Amino acid sequence: MTTDLEIAGRRFASRLIIGTGGFRTLDSLAQALEASGAEMATLALRRVDPSARGSLVEVLERAGVKLLPNTAGCFTARDAVTTAKLAREAFETDWVKLEVIGDDRTLLPDPAELLEAAEELVADGFTVLPYTSDDPVLARRLADAGCAAVMPLGSPIGSGMGIANPYNLRLIVEEAEVPVVLDAGIGTASDATLAMELGCDAVLLASAVARAERPARMARAMRLAVEAGRDAREAGRIPHRLYARASTPPEGVPELS
Amino acid sequence: MISVVLNGEARELGDPATVADAVAAVEAPERGVAVAVDGEVVSRGAWGRTSLSDGQSVEVLQAVQGG
Repeated sequence: MTTDLEIAGRRFASRLIIGTGGFRTLDSLAQALEASGAEMATLALRRVDPSARGSLVEVLERAGVKLLPNTAGCFTARDAVTTAKLAREAFETDWVKLEVIGDDRTLLPDPAELLEAAEELVADGFTVLPYTSDDPVLARRLADAGCAAVMPLGSPIGSGMGIANPYNLRLIVEEAEVPVVLDAGIGTASDATLAMELGCDAVLLASAVARAERPARMARAMRLAVEAGRDAREAGRIPHRLYARASTPPEGVPELS
Repeated sequence: MISVVLNGEARELGDPATVADAVAAVEAPERGVAVAVDGEVVSRGAWGRTSLSDGQSVEVLQAVQGG
């Protein structure tokens, strides 16, 4: 018995969102999307390249996923806002994964620019899903600003380091009034499961699948991992104990010596 | 001729030139395309009637994998 993910009034049966970045071919992407069961995928905007082969938009349409354009490559609120508006034009959606980067080695978000861009885009009618750090205060500010979800990183984009600070993530989950989507740093299935066990509502990942040796296989693993983590969370786990608690009753033990 | 900076490169377009001409000049695909002139979005419906002048910067963008 599971409930759908709901973001800005839109329901999703899948709690796994796929980023399209990093797949070696469109074919690899298509197969991974199918294996993942994802219902939403990110994409970006770059200068037209006439030599580019195939149509990403067609692949995503055939996969039946909702498009979530991102503002990757933006370092200022102004650029991110313009990029979001360009994406709204190009893809006819007002949903946006808002990325405003503060450092090009770690790709960590710039909190000041991110918040400013979020406020402006919310005011302009966008459904804003901000990629943010794992700082609970910033997450709160973004939610208060009207973002439809918050998307804290587990660790830097593409790093595969999983969840660096599970305590911060728990703090974000605890007080969030919008869905929490773990976004960035997932490396393998257990990272995704942990994110869901910590209470995240969904997971967004790209590199873990796109750059795996066998992306479709990893996509399947992630699909199962997210479901397992969600089930475990909803099932109510046993607490951590320092000492044992016998699983076999002490009564009725025979005397055999 | 009109001299613009189109996707970062100096480019000559016929005079008069519109945004639609710039889009055609870079062989943009049919779908998933957006245009900014001097940093401002120009909607698809306005491409054919937005004229360009010397020195303007035009960015014609398409969907790529990312995120």
